[in-house]
Amino acid sequence: MIRFDSVTKTYDDGTTAVDELSLEIPGGRITVLVGPSGCGKTTSLRMINRMVEPTSGRILIDGEDVSDRPAAQLRRSIGYVIQQAGLFPHRTVLSNVMTVPRLLGWDRARARAAATEAIEKAGLTAQQAGRYPSQLSGGQQQRVGVARALASGPQIVLMDEPYSAVDPIVRAELQDELRRLQGELGITVVLVTHDIDEALSLGDMVAVMRYGGHLAQFATPAELLARPADDFVASFVGKDRGYRALGFADVAVSPRPERTVRLGEAVPAGSGWVLAVDDAGRPLGWADARSWGGPLTESRVRRFGTIARLGESARLLLDAALSSPSRRGVVVDEHGAVVGTVLADDVLDALDARST
Amino acid sequence: MGGVAWAELGALMLRHLYLAGVPLLVGLAVSLPLGWLASRVRWLGPPLIAGTGLMYTIPSLALFILLPLVLGTQILDDANVLVAMTIYAVALLTRTVADGFTSVPGHVRQAATAMGYGELRRVVAVDLPLAVPVVAAGLRVAAVSNVSMVSVAALIGVSQLGSLFTDGFNRNAMGPIVVGVMASVVLALLLDATIALLARLLTPWLRRGVPA
Ligand SMILES: Nc1ncnc2c1ncn2[C@@H]1O[C@H](COP(=O)(O)OP(=O)(O)OP(=O)(O)O)[C@@H](O)[C@H]1O
Ligand SMILES: [Mg+2]
Repeated sequence: MIRFDSVTKTYDDGTTAVDELSLEIPGGRITVLVGPSGCGKTTSLRMINRMVEPTSGRILIDGEDVSDRPAAQLRRSIGYVIQQAGLFPHRTVLSNVMTVPRLLGWDRARARAAATEAIEKAGLTAQQAGRYPSQLSGGQQQRVGVARALASGPQIVLMDEPYSAVDPIVRAELQDELRRLQGELGITVVLVTHDIDEALSLGDMVAVMRYGGHLAQFATPAELLARPADDFVASFVGKDRGYRALGFADVAVSPRPERTVRLGEAVPAGSGWVLAVDDAGRPLGWADARSWGGPLTESRVRRFGTIARLGESARLLLDAALSSPSRRGVVVDEHGAVVGTVLADDVLDALDARST
Repeated sequence: MGGVAWAELGALMLRHLYLAGVPLLVGLAVSLPLGWLASRVRWLGPPLIAGTGLMYTIPSLALFILLPLVLGTQILDDANVLVAMTIYAVALLTRTVADGFTSVPGHVRQAATAMGYGELRRVVAVDLPLAVPVVAAGLRVAAVSNVSMVSVAALIGVSQLGSLFTDGFNRNAMGPIVVGVMASVVLALLLDATIALLARLLTPWLRRGVPA
């Protein structure tokens, strides 16, 4: 656990970047600091590893004041990832990732073994390990940054806008991996972003900060969407927060039975939209049999619509229904086989039932 | 060749290399901490760079004559020339070294600090290697400058390739002068190429292409 205890940071030029911040960041979770540009996120993050020293107040890691430890030693025990990855251009990926183990005084073989493992965990190949950072794409560089932060097995990893320089697809991929890694390793992640979507999708807890370094609200994403503390949080969280909140809402919807058709099976004309499945019962797509009939061929099947898994959030169920050409959202089990379909109304009714 | 014996020419070239090259290395060693200070301490940077830069404007002959008084050395002592050339090297290199350190990307330096590097260790392991291209460029200029400037020491009787100029002048013979000029040029080019090669060897990461 990382505790901010009335922490204030006023820079030499008189700017108060963080004002009386008190915050308890839970261990073994992802906590996101989010807020508009210049609100003091980076300053807050950097006070944890003493890259910035607070003007007043204390920061405690598991009850121990960070200022009691020599700064360099403290930093070696905390992973740090920044936006452009901050990789050393003059060192290969492997040697970049070996940095902290070497600083900790591990011998070369042990450092190399730890680095190799971290590189693999971060989703990079052994071949990439021998390259220089400039020979990697932005997304790959970011992976190296993560590997470097994890190599010595720190309990805490700080990340400052780690994904803001990569394209949305790579970003989603890297976010997924962060969640996976965090779960696997049980580490405490403190991540800074100005992207509320990233905050809501990654954070177990989200601290919304406002300009002048004030904490506006500290809550779970669901809580933030359902009960924003004030107008600032409400507007920062965004206009479609009602819809987004569904992403955190578990609803009891039982899918309706859906007749499925395999390729080659005859479909009577006028059957409407029919759901095509493979031999394992996994959805292939919808076929339009409103005016057409005959044996189902692959070319008749269109992959329309998103697919929701049983027990997923109301948002995904609703999205499956709304994106389906038949307006029936496909629901699958854990093996990916079709369980049935839901209508948007089913989801809305279930939500109503839940709130009354 | 040109009335100059090969053996004599070789000896003069070695002397010239010694008088120009050693100050280059010493000058670099002195400029590294100075340039680092200039790049790190905001108020100190401009005066330090301007101050060392001004030293370059002292006429070399004046320096060769003044230094024995300051150092208490004999006028013919190599030390005078070595110290003078070191001063010129520092004058040129302090700015270059400061520029080199400034060229290190801020996020790289910050990442290094965040990993837990101490200041000195970081400067040596991260800042310095990254400053090599800029420093090497300045070193090449200083090398050529030193090779050319050291010739003046012939006027106070310290022998090196410049002695061929005074010799030719005294004997009213073009030969030694032409040989002296050519030898200086060759020496400057050799020194320049050596530094360029060293810099290349020290920066392997700059020569790898972007992946396909
Ligand atoms: N070294 C510094 N000296 C003076 N003021 C600073 C310094 N670093 C940051 N500030 C100021 O402190 C405030 C908070 O800065 P900080 O970098 O913590 O914001 P941020 O929330 O991370 O912003 P961004 O999203 O743009 O990265 C800003 O007003 C900034 O200008
Ligand atoms: Mg920031």
